[in-house]
Amino acid sequence: MVEQTYDKPIPVPQPESDYYWNKAREGELWLRRCDDCETAYFYPRDICPHCFSRNTSWVQSSGKGTLHAFAIIHRAPHPAFKAEAPYVTALVELEDGARIPTNIVQVEPEPTQIRVGMAVEAVFEQITDEITLPKFRPAKSGL
Amino acid sequence: MAKLSKTAAIVGAAESDEIGEVPGKSALQHHAEAAHNALADAGLKKSDVDGLFTTGFSTLSIGEYLGIQPRFTDCTWVGGSSFVVHVAHALAAINAGYCEVALITHGETGRSARVRGRGSGFTNPNQPQEQYETPYGIMGPPAAYAMACSRYMHQYGEERTRQGLAEIAVSTRKWAQLNPKAMMRDPMTFEDYHDSRWIAWPFHVLDCCLVTDAGGAVVVTSAERARNLKKKPVWVLGVAESHDHNMFSQMPDLTSTVSRVTGKAALQMAGVTHDDLDLAMIYDSFTYTTLVSLEGLGFCEPGEGPDFVKAQRTAPGGDFPLNTSGGGLSYTHTGMYGMFLLVEATRQLRGETGERQVPDCKIALVNGTGGQLSSTGTAILAVD
Ligand SMILES: [Zn+2]
Repeated sequence: MVEQTYDKPIPVPQPESDYYWNKAREGELWLRRCDDCETAYFYPRDICPHCFSRNTSWVQSSGKGTLHAFAIIHRAPHPAFKAEAPYVTALVELEDGARIPTNIVQVEPEPTQIRVGMAVEAVFEQITDEITLPKFRPAKSGL
Repeated sequence: MAKLSKTAAIVGAAESDEIGEVPGKSALQHHAEAAHNALADAGLKKSDVDGLFTTGFSTLSIGEYLGIQPRFTDCTWVGGSSFVVHVAHALAAINAGYCEVALITHGETGRSARVRGRGSGFTNPNQPQEQYETPYGIMGPPAAYAMACSRYMHQYGEERTRQGLAEIAVSTRKWAQLNPKAMMRDPMTFEDYHDSRWIAWPFHVLDCCLVTDAGGAVVVTSAERARNLKKKPVWVLGVAESHDHNMFSQMPDLTSTVSRVTGKAALQMAGVTHDDLDLAMIYDSFTYTTLVSLEGLGFCEPGEGPDFVKAQRTAPGGDFPLNTSGGGLSYTHTGMYGMFLLVEATRQLRGETGERQVPDCKIALVNGTGGQLSSTGTAILAVD
């Protein structure tokens, strides 16, 4: 499944996100959640961006959510994405309460096929031995 | 803040010698030419400058290239709105006695850099977007702004939003046709707009700003010094700045920028209301930027932007002069366009804009947006 030459940008995990990327490699989506204000948030940070509590921990996301916003990119912003255009960029609102930037895959990149508010679910795309990108597709099971 | 109103003025404003497609000049040269021209416009010498402001480059680079050793230095970098924020900081620094003559410069070669090469493209892996956005091809402004616009369309109706975007694109081109320095001066019809190719749905190419080579500079000084210079002072009546995220996916509400905060604060400091304004210069990296900013600034309620701009009300001859230079959409847009909002507002207030002059233009609002709809700076400028 790994492409021969993958020339698109590859995430470089940082100390506060090692766990996130390790879990993504196992096909799981994990979020950081504040145990004080009881809010899950994205991207992973040890200190809660809402109430500034240090009392935060990892929780597994269901990977289900709704499409909050999207665009269909016709003109690639970088040569590495040329072959893929048109592709769909998106912001997904997870049912666990956080919003995550991503791609919508397994869908025709046409405005008639994609609508804000539609149910989506996570799929996992391995791009290197270390890195797997969580992406989303229209939900098969519904919410 | 109100006590700082009208304690400083813009006394010089200019572009670099040539703008648009200028393959023979570097970004730094655009800074230098614009600085030269703005100081000449003010009737000041380089040696008068004691406060230096820029973004994109460090003031270290600009100070070195121009040969300026300032006693106040500020390279606040919050995207294309930075220059409006610099005016606020200059006002504060001048009042605090840190400097008396503030030079704010800008120069970018967004257009020619495409040919000459931008370097590898990917940036510091410490930046969260390098982990969470760029791997998905969420890079550069169009993807982010287009996604925000899709949300707006969902909330307020796709068809009427589309018409609002078209109104802005068409009216802005009409202003550009009156500006000899504008890059795009061919007539644009609504049909042209709707037929233009997709860049990032929901954006047509005619929703997107140009990418040009240009520089600009403004000079800000104290009220006392301003009164004794060549041209009439363009008073800084009110200023405000804010930001609420960096990367797109962290934006709290995709249909509202922090113009909702800075507009109100700047108007309050200036002691004026919307009805007092003769001109609005509002960042138009995309048609959507202007639409959503009009709402944030309080010209209309959230979701009412498409009604507010309808029937070419913002075009020449309309009752709401908006982006009279032709804006980032049709005049020039280097990458961080905010400098040119200040240059045009200054010229309009002085009555220097020829065919496109807004009659009896006394008070202008300037609103810059930076990053991924991340920051805004608002200034209220006026002449006596
Ligand atoms: Zn919290």
